[in-house]
Amino acid sequence: MSKNQKTYYDLAIEKGYSRRDFMKFSAMMAALLGLESSSIGQVAKALETKTRIPVIWLHGQECTCCSESFIRSSHPLVADILLDKISLDYTETLMAAAGHQAEKSLQDTIRDYKGKYILAVEGSIPLNNNGVYCCIGGKTFEQIVEEAAKDAYAVLAWGNCASAGCVQAAKPNPTGAVPIHKMISGKPLINVQGCPPIAEVMAGVLVHILTFGQIPELDRLKRPKAFYSRRVHDTCYRRPNFDAGLFVQSFDDENAKRGFCLYKMGCKGPVTYNACGVMEWNNGTSFPIKSGHPCIGCSEEGFWDNGPFYTHLTNFPGFGIESTADKVGLGLGIATGVGIAAHAISTNIRKRSLINKVNGKPELEKNES
Amino acid sequence: MHPVYVWELPVRFFHWINALSIVALAVTGFIIGDPPAIQSATEASFSYWFGTVRIIHFIAAYVFFFNFVFRIYWGFVGNRFANWKNFIPYTKRSWIDMWEIIRVDILQIKSADNPNLGHNALASFTYFITFLAFLLQVLTGFGIYATTSSAWLPALFAWVPAMLGGDMVTRDIHHLMMWVFALFAMVHVYLVFYHDYIDWNGTTSSIIGGWKFQEEGKEEREKELDK
Ligand code: HEM
Ligand code: SF4
Repeated sequence: MSKNQKTYYDLAIEKGYSRRDFMKFSAMMAALLGLESSSIGQVAKALETKTRIPVIWLHGQECTCCSESFIRSSHPLVADILLDKISLDYTETLMAAAGHQAEKSLQDTIRDYKGKYILAVEGSIPLNNNGVYCCIGGKTFEQIVEEAAKDAYAVLAWGNCASAGCVQAAKPNPTGAVPIHKMISGKPLINVQGCPPIAEVMAGVLVHILTFGQIPELDRLKRPKAFYSRRVHDTCYRRPNFDAGLFVQSFDDENAKRGFCLYKMGCKGPVTYNACGVMEWNNGTSFPIKSGHPCIGCSEEGFWDNGPFYTHLTNFPGFGIESTADKVGLGLGIATGVGIAAHAISTNIRKRSLINKVNGKPELEKNES
Repeated sequence: MHPVYVWELPVRFFHWINALSIVALAVTGFIIGDPPAIQSATEASFSYWFGTVRIIHFIAAYVFFFNFVFRIYWGFVGNRFANWKNFIPYTKRSWIDMWEIIRVDILQIKSADNPNLGHNALASFTYFITFLAFLLQVLTGFGIYATTSSAWLPALFAWVPAMLGGDMVTRDIHHLMMWVFALFAMVHVYLVFYHDYIDWNGTTSSIIGGWKFQEEGKEEREKELDK
């Protein structure tokens, strides 16, 4: 039996997991997806009966933090079965094959599983100068993605790079990096946002596709609603301090020790949609805000350009570093005030003769002025 | 001099509700954007002041919004000074008038008198721009408000942040726009006083009582010009 005819359950048992482990995993996945408990059976059944979905996982311009995150997911089965074994048929950083053998395995998967495999892309695609900034096996990443996407069942954009371009697309974007959705149309596409995305979220999206045979419900920016419908701010445990107006002002002040809200430290929680506050990271150990650092908004488009990370207001473009909208606004306010004063003085000088005239004879003669 | 009823009661109400809600929105908005930091050993459960500032902002936002919607309606049913057509410079005449006003009133390189009784052409155009600013502020404001509310009205604006590329930029634009309102208010108040002073037509009190004053025969002249 080839690897791809086996079910996830077969693979798990083969790996030495017990049925009990498997059921726990199914329950966890159902919970992550926000399904009611009656659906645990549905998830388990899908994993038990459906053959694994072939996955091609491509790496473009990226730092591999998405892969790193994924293999650190809290349940070993996630990495073991969904990954190795969602059976990555091709992934540059983890596959055993190399060189021509690897490229062949990519071609084989595309050919053998036409319309059935999932294309997961980690990284952005450089388009400038015909895409020379990212070439693998003699092809540009642009070509590779195009070829692989053509026959894919769905495209998963892992992380901010693939969903929004991340740091490569930050100004001035020298390589002309674009996210996947700017390049590919006509395919179901899911932006699994974050830098990196939370491992359980990544796994959850795959399990959803497997269980229900369709892609999960998405928000307007194509992020799965189950994980990205609420702001970090809405699930943040420091939120009562926000409402009470209790803010940290510097990382070493008393308020920081008391665990007050990090809003004034530039926390982007109020403008960032992600599940960090609920799922947390590394097996639910912590997340940035819990360890005293403001959210930098890594699951949002253009978060590098909307800096700095440690002030609430974004730098105002075109006016140099450290110019916020407030500084520019205040400057314009002063300029306006000066303008008004000058205008008032000029008006009075010009109208003095008129005033004198009118004071002399009260009847209106303004028209002649 | 004879009085002309220029601003009807609903227009005057619009103006003052608008002014008050904008002041409330700008003040609370500024606090939301840059809250004063208070060193405090208190527990969060004893205080809610920031939440209160935000709720005032949101209530004022609703007032501002419905008042704005009402004014648009009044632009279709109100008198000729309130009509929407005043605000959009679609004739050549209004552009010529605008240039004239820039030379006479702003640059003061030419003297003449101002034939308009309602808004002058430049003012009208400025208000048109201001209306667009209102619109942008409503769009961005309700856009970022949408996810935090379960009401249907804000939900109608959920597409705004998606179109602009997320809440981050939307919120920045919203913040920046506050300054547009602040600058407008400064210039607006000054010009009201200026026109009162120069044109002697009771501009300042007109927005309270509704009456402006016009020299005899001026109306005929204006009609003449309109032809
Ligand atoms: C003249 C009109 C308005 C002005 C001057 C104004 C100003 C501001 C300012 C300066 C901020 C702070 C932004 C920041 O730096 O974080 C803000 C926040 C906000 N405004 Fe407005 N605003 C206006 C109208 C509106 C309207 C019509 C709405 C519609 C609901 C609205 C909803 C909001 C929301 C939701 C926030 C974010 C509050 C939070 O999440 O803490 N605003 N506003
Ligand atoms: S720390 Fe950030 S996310 Fe948490 S309440 Fe404060 S502003 Fe919101």
